[in-house]
Amino acid sequence: MKDRKDPIQDLLNGPVAVVNIGLAQFARTLEGRGVDAVQVDWSPPAGGNRRTIDLLDKLGA
Amino acid sequence: MAGDVAAAVEAANTRAVERMLAADPVLVDVAAAGDAIEGLEDRTILHAGPPIGWPDMCGPLKGAVAGAIVLEGWAADLEDAAELAAAGGVGFHPNHHFDAVGPMTGIVTRSMPVMIVENRAFGNRAFCTLNEGLGKVMRFGGNDAEVLARLRWLADTFGPAFGVALREAGGIPLKAMIARGLSMGDEMHQRNVGCTSLLLRTIAPALARAVGDRERLAGLFEFIGGNDQFFLNVAMAMGKAIMDPVRGIEGSSVVTAMSRNGTMFGIRVSGLGDRWFTAPVEMPRGLYFPGFSEDDANPDIGDSTIVETVGLGGFSMAASPAVAGFVGAGTAADALNYTRAMEEITVARNPEWTIPALDFAGVPTGIDIRKVVASGQVPTINTGIAHREAGIGQVGAGVVKAPMACFESALEAFAAEMGVA
Repeated sequence: MKDRKDPIQDLLNGPVAVVNIGLAQFARTLEGRGVDAVQVDWSPPAGGNRRTIDLLDKLGA
Repeated sequence: MAGDVAAAVEAANTRAVERMLAADPVLVDVAAAGDAIEGLEDRTILHAGPPIGWPDMCGPLKGAVAGAIVLEGWAADLEDAAELAAAGGVGFHPNHHFDAVGPMTGIVTRSMPVMIVENRAFGNRAFCTLNEGLGKVMRFGGNDAEVLARLRWLADTFGPAFGVALREAGGIPLKAMIARGLSMGDEMHQRNVGCTSLLLRTIAPALARAVGDRERLAGLFEFIGGNDQFFLNVAMAMGKAIMDPVRGIEGSSVVTAMSRNGTMFGIRVSGLGDRWFTAPVEMPRGLYFPGFSEDDANPDIGDSTIVETVGLGGFSMAASPAVAGFVGAGTAADALNYTRAMEEITVARNPEWTIPALDFAGVPTGIDIRKVVASGQVPTINTGIAHREAGIGQVGAGVVKAPMACFESALEAFAAEMGVA
């Protein structure tokens, strides 16, 4: 069993504030349970298209 | 090598935005399009958007074309006019190929008066028709006797008087007027009440000197003052005048034009010359006038996206919370987010055009196709919505997205141009 002073344990024992990246439903569910949650509007570069990402890298984007 | 290319693109884009910011657009005159626009021949019709032929035109565009043919006397009635157009009896060209722009259907023919905006920093001129007002108008595909009578009044009465007044006034500088308009809640696409008022106030003395007859003068004042969107066409000519010197900068990925013909959306990119990159237009999402719905709406149309290209319209939504409500885009807080999102896809902020609600941050300036494709964030456009059938007119206003496919195909071409494809 881990030491209760483990900062990770402290994080989960106290009030939780969440920054969610990805599916917004995760943040909404937490909000529904009274948890502070911020949804980050993020998506993979170029929608994840590898060829386009390669072009963008070469063009400095 | 990739680092060299990236540095070259950054330098070219800096140059592109420097040209945008250095522009000095001045509304200098009104003249018949046939006299003002070089190469605009008889039986030639300029239209909004990228190139298109009669068979592919949407209802409002066909309606406006037929009306313009009757207006010019090339056919006796609308039916004959449509037959003439279908038979190849007139030539169709984009406004953008003639230094011009036009709202919605964007029709320009020789007899129509156009406002002339001169970019005094670079010496180029751009043209846009006069805004016809609300109701049944040609820009929304209207083409009946009332529409044509108004166009004739603009050509015979309003245009000449406005031109004399502008010349007497020595032109009206527009950059400072836009800055004031932003602080008054205009975004210069769907809200122009501030700048229309400023323009009327500025030109009124010269107009009064130009027109001796008091009733006629009152009619001119009524026409400008009774149309909150009068300034839209001024802003469009200004946008074209600002963007044209940005064309053809080697290595620049900055967008120089966005435009729609009701069927296809097209963009041009500085480092790719005058090529169009097109994709099917999208349907605006917005609010409809009583009695109309999305079933009545025509897809996105018009050259007015030139105002977004210079950082106004949807890019400046934060300046205009009233517009966010009018176009169904949400709350004042949502309006701020629209502008913030456009900051992600642009090169710079315009220090002379600032937005009070964003602590006077400048409007997002210089759309970079790399940033659009990388972020997945396409330009947001505020727009009027035309009825999909010819001759009916405006049915609402809304927000529409530029199609990503334009930017993706432009990026492929740009990579090839830069030797990294």
